[in-house]
Amino acid sequence: MLTIKDLHVQFDTRHGVVDAVRGVNLHLDRGETLGIVGESGSGKSVTAFSLLRILDSGGRITGGHIDYRGIDLSQVDNASMNDIRGREISMIFQNPRAALNPIRKVGHQIEDVLRHHAQATRYDARAKAVAALEEVQIKDAASRYHAYPFELSGGMCQRVVIALALACKPQLLIADEPTTGLDVTTQKTVMDLIQALAQDRNMGVVLITHDLGLAGTYCDQLVVMKDGEIVEQGAPQKLTKNAVHDYTRRLLAATPHRGKQLHELVVDGVEKPIPPAGDILLSVNAVTKTYAGKAGPVQALQGVSFDIQRGGCLGLVGESGSGKSTLSSIIARLQDATSGDVQFNGASLFNAPASKYAKDTRRSEIQMVFQDATDSLNPRQTAAQSIAEPLRHLTTMNRLERNDRVEQLAEDVGLPLALLSRLPHQLSGGQKARVGIARALAVQPKLLILDEPTAALDVSIQALILNLLADLRHRLNLTYLFVSHDLSVVQMLCDTVVVMRLGQVEEMGPTEQVLSQPQSDYTRQLLQAMPTPLFA
Amino acid sequence: MTPRAKIISARILQAIPVVIGVVVITFLLTRSLPGDPAVYFAGDAADAESIQEVRQALGLDKPLPQQFFIYVADLVKGDWGNSLSTGQPVLSDLARRLPASLELTLLALFLSCLIAIPLGVLAAVKPGSWRDHLCRVVVTAGVSLPTFFTGILLIYIFYYVLDIAPSPLGRLGFLYIEPDPVTGFYLIDTALTQDWETFMGAAKQLILPACTMAIFTLAPIARMTRAAMLQALSSDFIRTARAAGLSQRKVLIGYALRNALLPVVTTLGMVFSFALGANVLVEKVFAWPGIGSYAVDALVASDYAAVQGFVLAMALLFVALNLIIDLLYAVIDPRIGFEAS
Repeated sequence: MLTIKDLHVQFDTRHGVVDAVRGVNLHLDRGETLGIVGESGSGKSVTAFSLLRILDSGGRITGGHIDYRGIDLSQVDNASMNDIRGREISMIFQNPRAALNPIRKVGHQIEDVLRHHAQATRYDARAKAVAALEEVQIKDAASRYHAYPFELSGGMCQRVVIALALACKPQLLIADEPTTGLDVTTQKTVMDLIQALAQDRNMGVVLITHDLGLAGTYCDQLVVMKDGEIVEQGAPQKLTKNAVHDYTRRLLAATPHRGKQLHELVVDGVEKPIPPAGDILLSVNAVTKTYAGKAGPVQALQGVSFDIQRGGCLGLVGESGSGKSTLSSIIARLQDATSGDVQFNGASLFNAPASKYAKDTRRSEIQMVFQDATDSLNPRQTAAQSIAEPLRHLTTMNRLERNDRVEQLAEDVGLPLALLSRLPHQLSGGQKARVGIARALAVQPKLLILDEPTAALDVSIQALILNLLADLRHRLNLTYLFVSHDLSVVQMLCDTVVVMRLGQVEEMGPTEQVLSQPQSDYTRQLLQAMPTPLFA
Repeated sequence: MTPRAKIISARILQAIPVVIGVVVITFLLTRSLPGDPAVYFAGDAADAESIQEVRQALGLDKPLPQQFFIYVADLVKGDWGNSLSTGQPVLSDLARRLPASLELTLLALFLSCLIAIPLGVLAAVKPGSWRDHLCRVVVTAGVSLPTFFTGILLIYIFYYVLDIAPSPLGRLGFLYIEPDPVTGFYLIDTALTQDWETFMGAAKQLILPACTMAIFTLAPIARMTRAAMLQALSSDFIRTARAAGLSQRKVLIGYALRNALLPVVTTLGMVFSFALGANVLVEKVFAWPGIGSYAVDALVASDYAAVQGFVLAMALLFVALNLIIDLLYAVIDPRIGFEAS
């Protein structure tokens, strides 16, 4: 159905011409699902965008053919291309909330597409739009028709995007990271939905993802891309068993799954010793937090209790809205709890209000590493300035002492000293994550709160950062509170797990025990959504 | 009441303290102006005793809080004092002149939007193209020419050289009879009575000063439209719309422009405010009997009640304007109102 031959795409940038795609060949049959796997910058999304010719300005196809059922998509004029888009070939995107027009009702957006492709008239458009919503299993579709994107959850928005893409019954669906940013359980339902719809309609699907586990579960064929080229392709089973290319092997190793050890993520990894567990460092006692919402009070936390031992690592697992971020910011004393107590090192943390805590002498003992390494760094500060920031406020070091400390910290986290003078936009994602960790370590904290520190990173970088964290924990005798929605990461790093849901502790215990004998339905659901160890 | 209606009525309620604040500030401001109004009112030949009499008559010898309550009571009764220079009640002066300024400014803004928004959209569709450069040249030229210069230039070309515009002397030529004031806007009042001859006469007088103002206000509107459109066009949802095959027109107007309108409306509000102020020069050039020239004349003549009335009227106008813009936001963007709660 679709054959791409020797596709080349170039981008004009401020620094000259960049070859984003260099000679890609692909083939897809009707009813088949093709996975394009690669990390950021590999050219996988550009390949997909050039299929529909929706490249950003400055990008153009400079060579090759895209043959779709006898039509060369790289040659047809814009008017015919507009007829093909949405009707023959559709696309769904990552970040579904942003992919929908924020100020237009979702039903109207689907109608726009239907009516543009003459699939509906003014009189039956509404009924057809509701039918399209029903097809993606949106409950109460008739009233959802009137919803705006901001009134729907992320998973619901992605269903709407899928409904929009499939409204005109296209033959080919391109899914560009369709589940990135969604909760694991939502991820599974969305992917199952796409798979079921594709089978129903005998539709070809191109799945673009950085997640090898996801691609392996849902695709018939896999293609691994790096630097604009295909380095390896084949059926998932075959590819994972007999990977030839170095990059594929590295990617396979870095993909976490059940039962994998942390050091197996990186090639030639060494197992890190786990520090011996000591007395209880942090004790959370019946903490509640209630916000005033527009429809009455919202109970973000409803009596959460757990302990962390000195030198331990506790994984706080839950989906968005489970209260795990609220709890971690209460422990970091960024906000106050409504009731309950947190004991740290034998004394209550709550004897000083959060607003005064910045000046508290204990401020440096609990530090935080934030989720988005890019957003949590001041764009106008160099890496060295960012790392030195807590030293300037919480210690009495002079400039020379601070410089020495910053260099030592950079060494600790594996950041080349030459990069210290760079601004955040001149650093890669992994380097920015290292800066964030170094900044948190600067004032020698006892407890480090890690708020999904690897969620925005490529898997190979995630593998390195996780190993770094394990190493630091041992070397500096740190205690971790690791917040994550990803059980497959937590099981490698943490020795205790707390599963949270709707502001309550659903289950807790030693990691191995929770994973092998889950007590609650919700934990079982989370475990099911974990990618299976396709590849040994 | 729907949540949205609740928020709108809450927003209207919020305007009340602002109005109270405006009244207090106008009162204090005019009390702190240099010069003693009693001296002016008493006239040139007055001695200390008669000035004191005038002061008592005006109530200026009373303590400030008491003066304030008298002032507020008079305001509510509709007594804004009398203008020294015109001899008329300030309120009736304002009622006659404010519509003249508003008619001019609103028409100017309308013309300006008619040119600036399409120009901004065209520039944003292809940044760096000749259209983009044209947009930049036009708006830079517009904002760098002072209004009195543009005004005189337009008069020279259209009145003196081409002789297609009427003489630039006020709102109506002397051949026409002023329409009965309903709204005070000549175009609307004549249209209401279907007096099309006077309508055309008023329109002819209006077009040159309105164009002068429009040229001056092009720049901020066009630039904001361009910037907001550029941002909207690079959003994810535009890519979705394009991938769904929607027409260029639908993508540009239906999706991108509607999302870009919010900052444009904000800018429009600001432009309207400064245009009302900047009107003075245009009003002077075209002998336009507007509120700007009235205020300048009053200030020069130390006409205390007129200045006070002008400041108060303008402040109330801006409160109303901000209210309208906030309500417009809620119309354009469904998310507003939910965020506020």
